[in-house]
Amino acid sequence: MGLLLLLATLDGLAYAAQLFMVAVGLTLVFGVLKILNVAHGSLFAIGAYLASTLVGLAGAPELSLLALALAAMATGAVMGPLIERGLLARIYEKEHVLQLLVTFALFMILEDVQKLVWGVQPLFEDAPVRLLGQVEVGGIFYTAYQLLLLPGVAAVALVALTWFLRRTLLGRTIVAVTHDREAATAIGIDVRRVHLVTFTIGAGLAALGGALAAPTTSLVPGIGVQMIVLSFAVVATAGLGQIEGAAVTALLIGLARSLAVYFAPELEVVIPYLLMVAVLLVRPAGLFGRTVLQRV
Amino acid sequence: MRGTLTVGAGVVLLLLLALFQPWLRFVSTIALSTGLAVLGIMLLLRAGQVSFGHALYVAAGAYTVAFLRPYLGEALLLLLAGAAVATGLGLLVGLFVTRYRDIFFGMLNLAFSMVAWSLLEKLYSLTRGTDGIRVVRPSLLGLGLDGPAWDWALFLLALVAALLAGGLVARYLGSPAGSALGAIKTRETRLEFAGISARRVLLQAYLASAALAGVGGAITALATLHVTPLLAYWTHSGELVFVAILGGTGHVLGPFLGAVVFELVRVHAAAAFPDAWQMILGFVLLVIILSAARGLAGLLDDLARRLGGRG
Repeated sequence: MGLLLLLATLDGLAYAAQLFMVAVGLTLVFGVLKILNVAHGSLFAIGAYLASTLVGLAGAPELSLLALALAAMATGAVMGPLIERGLLARIYEKEHVLQLLVTFALFMILEDVQKLVWGVQPLFEDAPVRLLGQVEVGGIFYTAYQLLLLPGVAAVALVALTWFLRRTLLGRTIVAVTHDREAATAIGIDVRRVHLVTFTIGAGLAALGGALAAPTTSLVPGIGVQMIVLSFAVVATAGLGQIEGAAVTALLIGLARSLAVYFAPELEVVIPYLLMVAVLLVRPAGLFGRTVLQRV
Repeated sequence: MRGTLTVGAGVVLLLLLALFQPWLRFVSTIALSTGLAVLGIMLLLRAGQVSFGHALYVAAGAYTVAFLRPYLGEALLLLLAGAAVATGLGLLVGLFVTRYRDIFFGMLNLAFSMVAWSLLEKLYSLTRGTDGIRVVRPSLLGLGLDGPAWDWALFLLALVAALLAGGLVARYLGSPAGSALGAIKTRETRLEFAGISARRVLLQAYLASAALAGVGGAITALATLHVTPLLAYWTHSGELVFVAILGGTGHVLGPFLGAVVFELVRVHAAAAFPDAWQMILGFVLLVIILSAARGLAGLLDDLARRLGGRG
């Protein structure tokens, strides 16, 4: 029982780390662009597939961690600007429902891009996990990759992101645009550039989550869907646009989910959403969200 | 007047299609049941809301038929049961999701449908997982039909259901409640100032959409005689949204027009490009939205107006 609990906690921690990286990208992009990118989960999946390919190409296990980082950066740097400039820039002024439909259409397209490029057979490439070996915690052996690297990278991402947004000029510019787009434009902030940078960072975070998840799981069609739905649950529970809130909530949902895996497997898929519904019933704007005034 | 004429022309066209080729009878039945579900999506789109999870209610209708079939031999009763279960589920989920708009509305619906899909896949002892459940052909109005007679009967049943639903929805949209629904899209707060509860208006439309999807799902189950969890999967919800936009939201004919075109194309295209089907849908969806087109119904409207102008 105690061992199972420990195991569930460690699994939950590793899972929460991946979940956080995807969810924080989603919430950051929403905060600035005011668009919820339904295709965000597809960026996670593409990052994961590309990572798997690059790790295979790298050959030497020492290079595999580098391959993961490269996959995340490449996905973010290519897909981010492509989507933002090519598609989103055309719809900022449109109705909400049309914006949702456009990113949903993008999601439909990208889900098939994965199938066309990487096929539908499961892919599995765990060289990075084997490279780092195992460590002993409380009597059980656990992979160092999941125990140290995943939570470590997630923590660094959180700290780096908050530092970037609060302490650097570009970051503070982004925050200014979040608060008041018109005022920001009036004082000469290039909102177009802010949108581009933010979306690229968000896409990169999703891809990083995917690249880091790749060595721990089999890649099959549909992982992107599961991730967008689950990371939306995280973001909604935390409150849209909340970065630290997303970290807390990812931890909460990640742990709850892995506890369910061990102790009530049939509830595994339901638990995250039960949590979300419970929170939203009490706090409609999420745990850390604020209610916005409606314009008449 | 023109509306009645168009509906009449559509019905004749469908009947001709069904007469012409036996397999088209089946495709037409499926198209009509898709159209029923899409009619519900259209209602929500009128309120400026999009649900990415309405396949949930299609699956609810279809699985109700599959679960009840061993105890119930009459197709009409199965159809009503499917609608009732879908509406009940719609009330449960609707009470929650109608508190939200836009992003939350769309994504919460997606989340619920994906939970349902996972449960249908995982609870093998109850649902037989991905294998799905076979449905033994029931009788219709007490008549034990099979072969072409059953196909015809089901096609006519779907046609009657579509005409009834289309008529009801058209009347609803023309009523004060229907106008209130449209006001949710334009200025919801003013609706509240006028003393109308926007949430209640949206919930009514949501229940109607769930019931329509349930009827559509029940007819699908009766036509294919086999239900699988794929009915609840997001790709199916996506197709419903796609057909709604393809058909256009301006007229109740839109969903059915869109559904017929969609199912006819799918018969050929989905087999030819199984791994690129969603991608093709996505591109067409983007083109329609970015060009601000009003769908097939809008196209037809423009055509009629031009012809009318000349004559």
